Parts: sequence; structure tokens; C-alpha cells
Amino acid sequence: MHETAFQIFVNTLLANNLVLAMFLGLCPFLGVSGRLETAFPMGMATTFVMLVASLCAFGLNLLLSYFHLEFLRLISYIVIIASAVQLVEMVLKKYSPSLFRALGIYLPLITTNCAVLGIALFQTAREYDFIQSLAFSTGGGAGFTLALVLMASVRERLQLSNVPDLVQGTALSLMLAGILSLSFMGFAGLGG
Amino acid sequence: MNATVDIWDEFTEGIWRQNPVFVMVLGLCPMLAVTVSAVNALTMGLATLFVLVCSSGLVSMMRKLVPKEVRIATYIVIIATFVTVVDYIIQAVSLALYEALGAFIQLIVVNCIILGRAEAHASKNPPIPAMINAVGMSIGFVIGLFALGSVREILGAGTLFGVSLFGSNFQPWVIMVLPPGGFFVLGGWLLFFSWWARRKQRTQAGRTGEGTQHA
Repeated sequence: MHETAFQIFVNTLLANNLVLAMFLGLCPFLGVSGRLETAFPMGMATTFVMLVASLCAFGLNLLLSYFHLEFLRLISYIVIIASAVQLVEMVLKKYSPSLFRALGIYLPLITTNCAVLGIALFQTAREYDFIQSLAFSTGGGAGFTLALVLMASVRERLQLSNVPDLVQGTALSLMLAGILSLSFMGFAGLGG
Repeated sequence: MNATVDIWDEFTEGIWRQNPVFVMVLGLCPMLAVTVSAVNALTMGLATLFVLVCSSGLVSMMRKLVPKEVRIATYIVIIATFVTVVDYIIQAVSLALYEALGAFIQLIVVNCIILGRAEAHASKNPPIPAMINAVGMSIGFVIGLFALGSVREILGAGTLFGVSLFGSNFQPWVIMVLPPGGFFVLGGWLLFFSWWARRKQRTQAGRTGEGTQHA
């Protein structure tokens, strides 16, 4: 159980990629991956929320275990994530209104992104210490961004190609995700 | 007469017309992650059913008390409470199952189906129709999970509910129980349903227009 921070980072980035191997955060993955210029900022925003949520969750977990209130864990994590999302929303609205509009409904929906809550829950379940949690959430966020950017690039190319009507839409995206996921399996075993 | 038709309509909406899995494509994350086997899929479906029905009922009862500005936060706290209950129940009933599903029980909180129902339906309707609608929705979800889980288990392990189907000569198609298989099977189902809808449209057009619409 003594993984180094670097191992955890590489592992969550590639071998156990949140989206393609653990099935977390699929809704934004399929929803905002249509265009590259929204996919990347969305990935960054999610990464930031993940980092904040993971650090707060770490502190909060210490507090809850101290008072033996573990059953409140889920509720308090959700509240932390919702506040972090609110923060990102305010910052974006002030400094980049155009981006704020482009992300639209998907921005508040980061609250219900399972990847964010997943990071917080998995780090608690695996009993990571502070440095490990940090590496875990950065790796997870980077992995999410990577998957989103890859998917968006492929889908942008596909708009120019001739695809049968029947396959258009979600079915096509899912098949693409399957192929991406297949190629990410090649990383298995990397990072110990 | 009219009232019973309405209730029946509420009930069947989620099972077929608005099926959360195949039509709305909501709640993908728990769906793909736990459908490695039929048993896991059913447990997950039942847990979601409990949370969805209870939270819909409570949200609907409180719909006049909650101010509009804080409604999403209230819904999430309500949902998280019921998920915690389910989490502890499954842990008490079957530890093996709890370990197989792992954190995905707790991740029911962020299942878009539940929040979506609370926001779109339960907050606007009285408790009884809201709960009936929730039951229909969850049955639709269970059907979707089961369709996915059984196909993946049959192809990937050659078993159904742990019972071997093909004898010892069967070479399992392992990729189907691994992550890529989940994407492929769901994509396949969606493809099947869109093909079916297309075919139905075409036969109807052929019947009414005497073949003038063929293109």
C-alpha cells in the first residue's frame, strides 16, 4: 500500500484513466467533447474543482473520523464539491464571460460529475495520505482532460467524414469511446 | 377512468417512451461500471430504485416548503441521505456484494437520473404520481442495466447469474467484461434501437402512403 506519489499520478493518468477505465464522469465526456475549444477549458475547470474538493475532503475526513461521524461523509463531500463549483463559476463569469456561456449548463453540472465525488471517495477508501491525495486528484484531473481532448479531436475529424445516418449521435460516440478505452488498456501495468 | 389512464401513463413513461438508459442516455457512469455481471446489475438497479422512489416522494412532499434558490442543494442533501441508508443496508446484508460494487453505491448520489427526476417531475407533482413515475423510471433503468449486464456476462464469461451456459469448451470473450466492452455493448444496444425505430417508421410510411415515401 506504499505507492509513491509519482506512481499514483501516472497510474490515474493513464493505466486507470478515470473516464476510460473507471467509467467516471461520462456525462460531460459525451456532452462537451463535440469541440476542442470547449473541451479543454472544461477539463481544466473540472481538474481545479477536483483538486479543491480532494484537499477539503482530506481535511474533513480527519475531522469526521475524530468525532466518529463517518455516516455524514457523503453529505459533507457533496456540499464541499457544490461550493467549489460555485467558486469556479463566479471566477469564470468575471474573467471569461464568453467561455462561461460556451460551457453553459455543463458548468453547474460539475457538481454531479461522478469523477469529482469519485476522487474524494476513492482516496478515503484507499487511505491515501496528504501527498498521495494531491497526486491522485491532479492525476485524475489530468487524465479527465486528456480523455476529453482526445475524444474532441476525434469527433472534430469525424464531422468531415461520411458516416451512415443510423450510427450518428450517441451510438457513434460510445463506439469511439470503446476504441479509445481499448487503446488505453495498453498502459496497464504502467506505474506499478 | 381518466385518472387511471393518467397514472398508467406516468408509470409506463419511464419504462418505454422515456427509458432513462436507451432513450435519454442518463446515468451512464454507474451503468457501465457495475454491469460486469447480471447480479451486480440487478443489485445496482434495486438500490437506485429505492433511492429514486424515496427521494421523489420526499421532494414532492416538500415542494411547497423549499425556496426556489436553494432547491438543488436541498434535493442533493435529500438524495445523499437515502444513499447513505442504502449503503449501510447493502453492507449489512451482503458484504461480498458490497465489495464488488465498491464506491459505486455511494456514487448513486450523482446519478443524473435521480436529480433529473427530482427537478423535472417530483418538484411539480403531488407525492403519489411522483412516486409512481419514479417506480416506472427505475424499472426502465433496471431493464437497461439488466440488458447490458446479461449480454456482457454471457459474452465475456459464458455464464448467466454464475451458471455456465456453454459448457467447458467455450472460450470467453474477455474484452466484454473489461471497460471497452461496456462501451461497445451499450453502443450496440443504441444502434439496435435506432435501427428498430427507423424500421417502424418506414413500415408505417409504406402502409399509409402506398409506397410513395420510399427513398
